[in-house]
Order: sequence, then C-alpha cells, then structure tokens
Amino acid sequence: MAKKDIKKLEFFSDWKYAPAPESTDHIRLQKQYELFINGKFVKPGSGKYFDTINPATEEKIASIAEASEKDVDTAVKAARSAYDKTWSKMPAKERAKYIYRIARLIQERARELSVIETMDGGKSIRESRDIDVPLAANHFFYYAGWADKLEYAFPNRNPKSLGVAGQVIPWNFPLLMAAWKIAPALATGNTVVLKPAETTSLTALKLAEIIQESGLPDGVVNIITGHGPVGAAMVNHKDVDKIAFTGSTNVGKWIQKAVAGTDKKLTLELGGKAANIIFEDAPINQAVEGIVNGIFFNQGHVCCAGSRLFVQESVADEVIRKLKERLETLIVGDPLDKNTDIGAINSKMQLNKINEYLKIGVNEGAEMYQSSCSIPKKGFFVRPTLFLNTSQSHRISQEEIFGPVLAIQTFRTVEEVIEKANNIPYGLSAGVWTDKGSRIFNMTTKLRAGVVWANTYNKFDPTSPFGGYKESGFGREGGLHGLMPYLRF
Amino acid sequence: MDRIEVLKTYKIFIGGAFPRTESGRYYPLKLKNNMTVNVSLSSRKDFRNAVVAARGAFSGWSGRAAFNRGQILYRIAEMLEGRKEQFLEELKQLGYTAAAAKKEVEQSIDRLVYYAGWCDKYQQMYSAVNPVASSHFNFSVPEPMGVVAIMADESTALLGLVSVLAPCIAGGNTCIVLASETKPTCAITFAEVIATSDVPGGVVNIVTGNRKELHAHFSSHMDVNAVINCNDEKEFNKVIGENASLNVKRAFTWVRNWSDEKERGPYYITDLQEVKTTWHPIENIGISGIKY
Repeated sequence: MAKKDIKKLEFFSDWKYAPAPESTDHIRLQKQYELFINGKFVKPGSGKYFDTINPATEEKIASIAEASEKDVDTAVKAARSAYDKTWSKMPAKERAKYIYRIARLIQERARELSVIETMDGGKSIRESRDIDVPLAANHFFYYAGWADKLEYAFPNRNPKSLGVAGQVIPWNFPLLMAAWKIAPALATGNTVVLKPAETTSLTALKLAEIIQESGLPDGVVNIITGHGPVGAAMVNHKDVDKIAFTGSTNVGKWIQKAVAGTDKKLTLELGGKAANIIFEDAPINQAVEGIVNGIFFNQGHVCCAGSRLFVQESVADEVIRKLKERLETLIVGDPLDKNTDIGAINSKMQLNKINEYLKIGVNEGAEMYQSSCSIPKKGFFVRPTLFLNTSQSHRISQEEIFGPVLAIQTFRTVEEVIEKANNIPYGLSAGVWTDKGSRIFNMTTKLRAGVVWANTYNKFDPTSPFGGYKESGFGREGGLHGLMPYLRF
Repeated sequence: MDRIEVLKTYKIFIGGAFPRTESGRYYPLKLKNNMTVNVSLSSRKDFRNAVVAARGAFSGWSGRAAFNRGQILYRIAEMLEGRKEQFLEELKQLGYTAAAAKKEVEQSIDRLVYYAGWCDKYQQMYSAVNPVASSHFNFSVPEPMGVVAIMADESTALLGLVSVLAPCIAGGNTCIVLASETKPTCAITFAEVIATSDVPGGVVNIVTGNRKELHAHFSSHMDVNAVINCNDEKEFNKVIGENASLNVKRAFTWVRNWSDEKERGPYYITDLQEVKTTWHPIENIGISGIKY
C-alpha cells in the first residue's frame, strides 16, 4: 500500500495539540552524585565520574560516580555487616514496616521521580507517571506484607534468607526494576548491593535518598553506579550469596558461566522476541491497540515487547491497514510532553543499534514502513517502524532489537503459528487475540513463554509472576513466586 | 547335565527401543558370580539420539492428562513389584547384601507410588490466581521445563535413579538418564520395566557409560532444557554450570541420601517446572455489582 493511501486522522489540520510539558521546576537534582554505601553518600575510590545526559536533548543532567572494584568490595562488606548485625536479627514484622515506609515515600515523591525518570531515560512522562513509578511503589507495598508471612508461602519448608544479594538492573525501567529487585530481597531478609545501568542512575540514587529518609539501617541497601566492570566485580565477589540480573541474554549467559561451580544462587531475566498473534475472529480495533501497546510502549525498550506480529492471512490486509493508520497518529517527541506517545531512545548506542537493524531488515528484503511523523532534530529518536513480508529466518524476526520496530508475518493455521511462535531461543512472553475462549486456552498452554497476554498486552502487577522460559532466563519476579529466588530451604 | 542359563545382553534404552551403543564400545563389569557383563559405553552420539527421542516425546507426554500420567507411574511401580525377585538378584550381583537389596527395591517401588500420586496434585498446590490491581483475570500455573538430562547417583543402582526420574516425568518432562557407571545393570533392567508400563517411547531414555566423558555433552546440548548431576563432583559440576550457560539451561546438583524418606516431595517436581502466567481482561460493563 502506498503511503498516500493511508488515511491519517485529521487531528493536525483541524486542531493541533498544544504543547503540554510537565514542569521540571519542583524537582531536586544535584550536579554530582556519589555512591550510596553503608547509609552514606561517599566519593568513589577511583575519583572518576561520568555524565548522565537527557537523551531527548543530549544535554548533561549530572555527574555520576564510577565505582571501583574496591568500592564494590566496600559495599558488599557493608551489606554483609548489616545482614549479620541488624537485618537478619530484626523481627520480620519490623522489617516489613521499613519496606512499607519506602513504598509510602515513593508515593509521596512520585511526581519528582516521574519527571527525573523521563529526563534521564527518555520515556514519555505519561508512562513514567502512570506506570513506572506507581508500580514501583506498589511493589514495595506488596512485598512488605510478605516479610512476616513467609512460612505460609512454602508448606512443609523452612524458608531462610540467603545473605547478601548483588543485583544488576537495566535502563529500560530504571526505578521499577530497582523496586522489583530490592523489595523481595528485603522482605525475605537479605541485604542488597544494587547497580543501576550507567545511562539511568538518577532514580536509583533518588531511591537511595528515600531509603536514607526511611531510616532503614545503614548498609541494608547499597547502591553503586558505574559501567559493566562494576557489575562484573559484583558477580565475581566471593562474599555475595545471590545474583539477580535483568538485561541482555548475552550478558546473562556470561553471568551464568561466571557463577558456575560457586554456591551463588542466580536468577536471570533476559531478552525476548515475543509473538503477538492476531486470529481472524479477534476484535480487530482492540487488537490494533494491543499491537501498538505491545511494540511501541516505552519506545520498544521492553524485554517482553510484542516484536513479532503474526496475523492470520484472512484479516492481514485489514489489520495492517488499520495499524498503518494508527501509526500515523502516534506522537513522537519531547518525553516530558503529556501528549507524547513515543519518547526518546535511551542512548546513542541504542539508537545506532536500532538503525543498524533497520538497515539489516531492508537488506534482507523485508518491506519497511515508517510513520511520516516528524521527529525532533536534537536527541535520539526513531520513527515507529513496521517490517512487512518478513520471514522466520530474517534476523529482524529472530533477534531482539529493543526499539520501536515490528516484524510482521502472516499465518494460516493454529498449528503453523504455534510452531513459528515457539521456534526461537527466547520464551519470555506472548500475546493472543481471539474471541474464542477455547482457542485462548489452547494457545496459552502451547506457547512456551513465561507470560501470556490474551486480548491484552504489556500488563504488569506486583502480584503477577514474571519471567522467562528457555534463553529468556530463569526465576520469577512478582507474586509469591518472586520470593523463592531470595530464600533457601 | 544341568541346564545352561541364558544370559542377558545389557543394551541401552532410547526411544522405547533397546539398541546397542552406536559406538560399538563396551566396558566390562564383573559380577559377584564371576560372570562378566559387557556394558555399553555410550557415546555423545547415543546421547544426541536420546535427546531427539526425548524431544519428540515431550509434546505428547506433557499434553497427557495429569491423571493419566499418575496411572502410568503407578503402572511402573506395579511392574517393578512384579519383577522384584529379578532386581534382588541383580542387586546382589552388584554387591548388595540381601537386606540392602530388599530395602532398595522396596523403597524404589514406594517412591514411584508416591510420585504417581503427585502427578495430578502439585498443580493445585503451586498454581495461583493473582489478585492484580486492574480489571484482569490473572493466573499462574506450573508447566514442565522440557527435556531433562540426568546423571544419576553413582552409589545406588536403582533408588537414586528412580528418585530423580519419577518427579521429572511426573511433572510432564521427558528425560535422558545416565546410569551409575559401576552399577549399571539394574538401570537397564529398570528400562525393561518402563518399556512394559505404557510409558510412551522416548519419555525415558537410559544410557550407560562414563560421566567423565559425557558430562560435557549432557550440559552443552542446545536442545536440553535442564541438567542434573546427582554426584558431588566439583570439577564436573563447574563445567556443567558453564556449559549450561550456552542456552541458559537450568543446572542442578542434587547430591542426596536418597534412602532418606525426607528426600522426596513435590519440590523435586516443581524444581523442574516453569511458571506460566496468563492475563485476560475482565469486562467492566454492568458494574452495578452483586447485590444478593
């Protein structure tokens, strides 16, 4: 279909969206951030700092401390000492109250956290305000309640904390991932050393302020910033009992190899390439919204993004036409603007990676379709992109792009689509759109993925276990199941 | 003249059939009656064939009704009970005392009955309806991991193997088991029990051979979902863990005293399960609520 045939809803000719930027006045940011070790903000041993920038403007926001191997050791020692002297001895119901406090403080400072999350990471303010920050607070609130009820969670077992948990998190949901990691670790009685991703340290450091404010005993949570080697030093540290990692499958494999032969417990939440499957009897308009939410949510920087679309042949023309129309209405631009649907790509590096995949897709012979929207001149942006006529063997259908890029295939039969959906090393999530209940249950049983969204997509909740099959990792986060990775029996 | 006894050739068990190792290799095992058994020294290729068989059987076995899997596990126990004498004799030939042999066979039978009962019960224990804060119905269920490669306990001929195999297949997985190298005969006779218990071909595959040779292959195969070593072998287990990272295999070291009755339970099943969470919207029309 030629671009001129795509009907665009005439919003812009009839009326324009006035800019609706969220104010940044009320937020408190320092020029320089230190490491949070043993309840205090301390300078890095290396004396080195790196810049964190706003990916929508490419302007520097603050300097962030680069932890050295020595700092990692200091943080682990602080966590060990807090575990031995305070945290493991504290009655569980008192432990819970600290975690509840953290939840409340996040709620109180939600607006500030949302704005900083958007400035530092590039995601739209609507998403950080309505999804990331509330979910982060809820996660602490949910797990706080588990702290003094663990013996009910595992019948006939005697759950015990592990000790010091080393946690490494990605840049796509910075505060939320910190909450997913810290909340269950604390509720189960462990102490923590957490490393945020180098492009998105700020909300983790604001969380450190909140933790300080909450009066949590010194050393129970330590937050150290820096690049890859900091994470590697944590993984290899002899006095860490548990590693929890969310990130790419390649790094996950490296970590699994590094901890082999040690007593460290490991959970990995890795990459994905989810199939989002549209059957002919699906409510098409809702499905189109689901496709958009599946792949363009958070600029597609989502491990469970519905990045492979499978449309049943009989409705493919209709679905793709409507999808193209919808694509035209998506607003790409200033993440702080409340009208923005798709914000900035997190970093220059990621932008380059996405653009590289666009080239690969075209070179492999797939048909690229992009929204005709304008994108800001400054900052890192990508137009929402569809690839039509892709096949199972295309790299854009096999590899995780982690951007707003959707690879579309068609199918005829249920068997065919199950085969195609499962024939991939990943197994994190999947989507199914159909009006037929029996088909939903058939599909949810046969899809080899940890989370299946039926007639919805990209929904998260503290009570809902999340995690992958196969090369998407192991262990679950969320719900009762999310306690297990932090306990021994 | 006395009748000459017909001796059994001990072969391996792949896809429901009893082939010899494709490698043609063997290792001699001297029995207490001074007879020698030429045990198959299985190769990497045998293991790979077994993985193909196990993968092929996975869809059918995991798709069986849980109740049916329970009946089949119970059937294995029935068959083992019926051939108890044969196992007692075989264990004695491997050096067991009469009392130890009796205890091992009886515990093995009982363990199969125990896990037969779990087949349709652990799901209820470890499933959840999750009270999400949005208008969705959300539930989590355990599902089998897939193909599991097991290196059985070296110190027992039967009980160690049964104690891991039973929870593995009770949960809908299929498996390849490497028998105890020094006590392999019972494992192969147990394969005959499996073969006559309505267990579909390929669900259980048993090979004999050398862990030093095979542990790297058990852990590096890209179509194996989980690997278990039941032996305290630090160097091997490090290699197993490292190789497991090639495809993010789940790697376990289960060094247990399997004759301890505590070393059984649903957690041996759930350790070999994934958790799947499903979401579906709940309609929000007619929200005036329930009045009666």
